[in-house]
Amino acid sequence: MLTELILTSLARFLSGASIRWIGCQPDTCQRIYFANHTSHLDPILVWSSLPQSVRQMTRPVGAKDYWDGGRVRRYIARQFNALLIDRKEIKVHQSPVDVMLREIGTSYSVIIFPEGGRQTGEAVGEFKSGLYYLSKKRPDLELVPVYINNMNRILPRGEFLPVPLLSCITFGSPIWLENGEGKNDFLDRARDSILKLKQDD
Amino acid sequence: MGQAENWALAGVVVGLLLVATAIGQVLRRQPQLGLNPAAVDAFNSRLQAWWIICCLLAVAFWSEVLTVALFGFVSFWSLREFITLTPTRMGDHRALFWVFFFFTPLQYVLLWLDGREDYDTYGLYSILIPVFALLFIPMRIALAGDPKRFLERVAKIQCGLLICVYCLSFAPALLYLHWKDTVYSERARLLFFFILLSLMSEALQFVWGRIYGRHVVAPEINATRTWEGLLGGTASTALVGMSLWWATPYTQLWHVALVSMLTAVMSFGGAMTMSAIKRDRGVKDYGTLVQGHGGLLDRIDSICFAAPVFYHVTRQLLAP
Repeated sequence: MLTELILTSLARFLSGASIRWIGCQPDTCQRIYFANHTSHLDPILVWSSLPQSVRQMTRPVGAKDYWDGGRVRRYIARQFNALLIDRKEIKVHQSPVDVMLREIGTSYSVIIFPEGGRQTGEAVGEFKSGLYYLSKKRPDLELVPVYINNMNRILPRGEFLPVPLLSCITFGSPIWLENGEGKNDFLDRARDSILKLKQDD
Repeated sequence: MGQAENWALAGVVVGLLLVATAIGQVLRRQPQLGLNPAAVDAFNSRLQAWWIICCLLAVAFWSEVLTVALFGFVSFWSLREFITLTPTRMGDHRALFWVFFFFTPLQYVLLWLDGREDYDTYGLYSILIPVFALLFIPMRIALAGDPKRFLERVAKIQCGLLICVYCLSFAPALLYLHWKDTVYSERARLLFFFILLSLMSEALQFVWGRIYGRHVVAPEINATRTWEGLLGGTASTALVGMSLWWATPYTQLWHVALVSMLTAVMSFGGAMTMSAIKRDRGVKDYGTLVQGHGGLLDRIDSICFAAPVFYHVTRQLLAP
């Protein structure tokens, strides 16, 4: 509880984030928040920008190879109730999508970064297919696009010292997988929904 | 003896703010007066900011450390707003780290040390940023190995550091100014007087510009700043300053008039300069500290520019 408070306050202070809900309101209904990914602080930041009640029902997804390395990271990941995904070894019936769906059950929301890794600079990379399979298996979940602005300057890839500039987190309007929509079409549309928030910014 | 004058000055400030608040409320409720509602809203939100500034600054009369810390935090936050709006590249990252976590705190720590016994850090904090940071920033960026638009990036970071940290730090530096038989509460009052002058000059320029404004100074940069506003505002700020002579340490009346006019002109210059930067970046405000209020830097731009001039002129005028 105390660690949570300290870490969220620290992340909020370092990122100076202003939070804007332009396409939807915070809600405890089951959602998938998908965001662009440029820094290690992103999962903590999106998570801490949610109101407390929503936060308790939301789990950020992290890479197991990173968050399982070392006691401090493991401790932090546990504090955030993070859902760790193995990027290296993918087994049958243990695919990231299966693991995620099993872990969130019928109550939790997740924060995912469909680019699959951190990008350099502010460009939004191509999306991996996980988002598509998630919504194919659970078409009832709201997919909320989240655009994180300026974090690539605050803690860029390959740097470990943050520079405290001001960032902005924008929550857009939810999208759903359309009936019969192909994988690539859907992934493009999802990526566009983030790019659109970037333009409005 | 000093205490009575402190209370009197506080009374004047609260009185002025109450009058201005009443005017703002009347204007808001009486749309038939024909004033632009956006301008009235801008005036009211500015007024709210002034109440906050004056309440926070009252701390200067109680604690010197807290005052320096307050200004340090304001510098830190406005520098964030400044650099956020300024395009920098990956290669500037380490230099920016030093700017935020070394030079900014050090400037205020040196300032605070100046007030301790046996320390005289004026010589150091008055050159820390204009000399040492000025040399360090291009060096660190060059080491990062990215030559693209090098001079431009260096200049932007130096400019932000100078305006937001160095210039602003000369406002709390007034607390460490020494003149004949001075006591702390007199210096705190001088700081309060300076902030009051700077805010008053903003308000008076706004009023003069609204009523008599015909000739806009530079429409591309700021469409509301007029020559009439500048001249009228400067003259009436001098009158306000002179009417508060009893609260200041100046020995001659024309000294007060001089620093008041300089403060008014520099406040105008600061607001124009920061407007120019904003127009170049294509934004209206520097940040969103409070929704609908713009950034911190939008409120203190005039103080940043007026502080070093006010400080150094006062230092000369009060020199023994």
